[in-house]
Amino acid sequence: MTTVTETVTEAPATTVPEPGRRKSPYPYWFILPGGVVFTVFFLVPSVMAFWFSLTRWTLFDQEFIGLDNYVQFFREPALASGLWHTLVYAVTTSGMKVVLGMALAVLLTGPILGRGFMRSVAFFPVLVSTIGVGLTFQILMHPTRGVINQALDLIGITGPAWLVDPDWALLSVAFVDVWQGVGLATVIYMAGILSIPGEYFEAAKMDGAGAWHRFRNVTLPLAKPATVSVILLSLIGGLRKFDLIWAMTKGGPGFTSDVMASVIYKQYQAGFYGLSTAGNVVLFLLVILIALPLFWFFNRKEDA
Amino acid sequence: MRLGAAVLLAGALSLSACSAGSLGSSDDAAGGKTQITFLTNNDPANVKVAEAVIAAFEAKNTDVDVKLDTRPQGSEGDNLVKTRLSTGDMADVFEYNSGSLLQAIAPSTNLTPITGESWVGDLDETFKKVVSSGTEVYGSPWQTISGGGILYNKPLYARLGLQVPKTWADFMANNAKIKAAGTAPVAQTYSETWTSQILVLADMHNVSAADPGFAEKYTNNQAKYATTPAALAGFQHLEELKKAGYWNDDYASAKYNEGLAAVANGTAAHYPMITFAVTAIDTAAPGKTNDVGFFALPGTDAAKNGVTLWEPSGIYIPKSTEGDKLTAAKKFQAFLASPDGCAAQATATSLGGPFAVKTCKLPDDVATAVKDLSVYVDAGAASPALEFLSPIKGPALEQITVEVGSGIRPAADGAKLYDEDVKKQAQQLGLQGW
Amino acid sequence: MKTRTSYPLSGLAIVLFGVVFLVPFAFIVLTAGKTAQESALLDFSWPTQWAFMANLQAVIEARDYLLIIAFINSTILTVASVTVVVILAAMAGFVLQRRKSRFTRAANLIILSGLVLPPAVVPTIWVLQKIGLFKTMPGLILVEIAYAMAFCVLLFQAFIAGIPKEMDEAATIDGAGPLSLFFRVVFPLLRPIIVTVVVVQTVFIWNDFTSPLYFLPGDENATVQLTLFNFQGQYASSYNLLFMDILLVTVPPLIMFMIFQRQIVSGMVAGSVKG
Repeated sequence: MTTVTETVTEAPATTVPEPGRRKSPYPYWFILPGGVVFTVFFLVPSVMAFWFSLTRWTLFDQEFIGLDNYVQFFREPALASGLWHTLVYAVTTSGMKVVLGMALAVLLTGPILGRGFMRSVAFFPVLVSTIGVGLTFQILMHPTRGVINQALDLIGITGPAWLVDPDWALLSVAFVDVWQGVGLATVIYMAGILSIPGEYFEAAKMDGAGAWHRFRNVTLPLAKPATVSVILLSLIGGLRKFDLIWAMTKGGPGFTSDVMASVIYKQYQAGFYGLSTAGNVVLFLLVILIALPLFWFFNRKEDA
Repeated sequence: MRLGAAVLLAGALSLSACSAGSLGSSDDAAGGKTQITFLTNNDPANVKVAEAVIAAFEAKNTDVDVKLDTRPQGSEGDNLVKTRLSTGDMADVFEYNSGSLLQAIAPSTNLTPITGESWVGDLDETFKKVVSSGTEVYGSPWQTISGGGILYNKPLYARLGLQVPKTWADFMANNAKIKAAGTAPVAQTYSETWTSQILVLADMHNVSAADPGFAEKYTNNQAKYATTPAALAGFQHLEELKKAGYWNDDYASAKYNEGLAAVANGTAAHYPMITFAVTAIDTAAPGKTNDVGFFALPGTDAAKNGVTLWEPSGIYIPKSTEGDKLTAAKKFQAFLASPDGCAAQATATSLGGPFAVKTCKLPDDVATAVKDLSVYVDAGAASPALEFLSPIKGPALEQITVEVGSGIRPAADGAKLYDEDVKKQAQQLGLQGW
Repeated sequence: MKTRTSYPLSGLAIVLFGVVFLVPFAFIVLTAGKTAQESALLDFSWPTQWAFMANLQAVIEARDYLLIIAFINSTILTVASVTVVVILAAMAGFVLQRRKSRFTRAANLIILSGLVLPPAVVPTIWVLQKIGLFKTMPGLILVEIAYAMAFCVLLFQAFIAGIPKEMDEAATIDGAGPLSLFFRVVFPLLRPIIVTVVVVQTVFIWNDFTSPLYFLPGDENATVQLTLFNFQGQYASSYNLLFMDILLVTVPPLIMFMIFQRQIVSGMVAGSVKG
């Protein structure tokens, strides 16, 4: 990497420079096309929906009721447990994806046979639609006839009832979530690891660093952007997760695997559109409360 | 690179203007035919019926071409219907639930009333009520009335010398004998939570018999499940059966198909279910459909025992349908309230109950369970489920019944929780007194 | 970098991957090959009657070859959306990362909200109707792009951070304008992350079923995910056809990924040499 040592002076070919103003090579209009699409088709409807959270909305007419929906939402019996489940789910899945994703990425960029094929295998679950994954694992996780418990039986462990055991239902879905999503984390990590210049590894090897030390002192710090992306995305995703939980347990048995998103969806299903929109706003605030500080924390470190 | 990107962008945009259109399906209406679209759910069994009905209808009305459009079932399809209605984008004629769910799509605002049509007088009285709002009638029936109660294995009953129970005590006595003989007395299938509600919902006839004004009082927030003994009984029955250990071993993870197979093959004696399930028995347990009988949920009084009915879905016309399409849509609606319409439906599926049209007769080859159901209906020992008498039905019932049936929550608690749950629904509908 | 392939490691990897990732896949394939009755048992077993070809035919022919139409629609939707969002998000991400000002910081916050806010369906339909793009493929494409923007901009930003600013300055000195700078200098360096974004967004949009359901309804507009519903009744499912459909729907993205992952490697290698 060459560093530019000369100071950059105003290029005479540009327009007459006003004092202190230069035509930036990073023009704002670059953001325009993407920004317009994003604003028109996403932000505007979301703001409109926010308005509806203040009404009793049946899709056909609306009645302004101020913050009643929010009050009602907080009185929802399943809310407290839903909130707790959401946090548990997000932290569990995010943590596992970060750790396992990195481990798999190191494995798959390492000296093994058939790397290309293995990467496809690891990524394959990400491609299968949630319905397919949910259904397949419901069957594999069947308490008596499922392959998982049958295999555990062979080594003398009685597996739990997974999806129908009130204590295990949420975690069971979390495991499947990680199965499905770790491939994505791995790909992001691989992109990060492979962009580390080879010289760093060579230098470390020459200094006599073993595999673990190389990992700790070269790979880990230099794959920072990848780690940040994975943490943020998996945490936000985990807090908002809905599809898989719905496909596998619908929040059951009873309410034991209900998370915020499924509580909100059930309200939507029941036709309480204003209420569920208010719920979405609350969930949004919750995620922002957790994600924003993390985002700032990581970005500040990057600027340094 | 710039030019390349621009070309790629332009290419992508022009590609986006295409869409695949349709392959292999019929052409658009040409030369004089009115084309109408009919929206229904995409359950393969339902699609078969729809195609048969459309074919029969088009044969009798050669100037109309009906195009079938489908939507997913369950809540996703539900929301789709509501969304399309609210954005003015509904098909010319569509199928949707009756009863309290119909009220949620604001019929007086969104649907075309057909109160004055000649065939309205042929409709079963109860059905007419559940497709009405205020004084106007809005729908004709789609498929048949069903009854909720207990499906039971006839050969097992014969083998053990059991009689069809008329009271809950008799039912429990039968269960004890069945358990002693080594068979699971009652099947439950909590993998599909909607099935857990039957023991509560199908008890409605007994509730209405014990407390005739319950439905109305319930709607006005003057009666509750937790404080009305007859209504609380449904929850208590779930608790009782669980405590007595009468469920099948895999009740928590069994699926609906497995419950049907169990009662058809005799590995379980009873399966609380609604009779539309009868049509699926043949896939779950081929050839065993007529081994399954049906009796109404027993209550406390043998003399007042009767079956709780589930009314069929309705065929409705949105206000957005006009002109020639409206005329054609009305003909389609009328067709389904005629003997020809009933006959067309009977050819495409095995029926799960009697028709809601007085001029339609059940064919003789219906399943045993349906024949058992007809006995109750003919004798007048039948009344509709709560969702057809009251616009309120709380969304969390199936989760609560799973909890009670699994022993996670006591019955009294479950009933109270459900009462809380319906409050939201009542307020959403803007009902007085809540 | 010369490394010997480690056989023990390879062996471990193969066993691990086989059990964890391939067993469920095997289940899907096996069930797709059974007859309707047998598949209803949902057992992990070898089919007694191999009905793979029959199921394949049934699924393709279902509902007047709906699957083929769905494939065409899904392909158009995915290719168009992904192409456009990559370009737009890269451009936006580039400026947002390079130019630190109050405006760009505010924009970043809004983007973060884009990751968190769930889409509001009915208001989106109203917007589409106003513009006249409701129930059209371009309308759906624009919606998918909007939904994908936040994620893609975030990823691009993170990786552009790793491209030294000196490169930009060198190019600007040479007289390059912004477009030139971006498309000729920066964009090619983004190859690895572009590939990642393409792969991820292709999968996401390919598997999305709610957006087409609401914004481009109608059987002639079906996308592949919606076909899965055709084999799933609320009261009775044909599991063999359902899993065959899942298989057919999953295979194209899988093939795409298998091709692309080699691109990732070659792109990475090029990147690391330059670095």
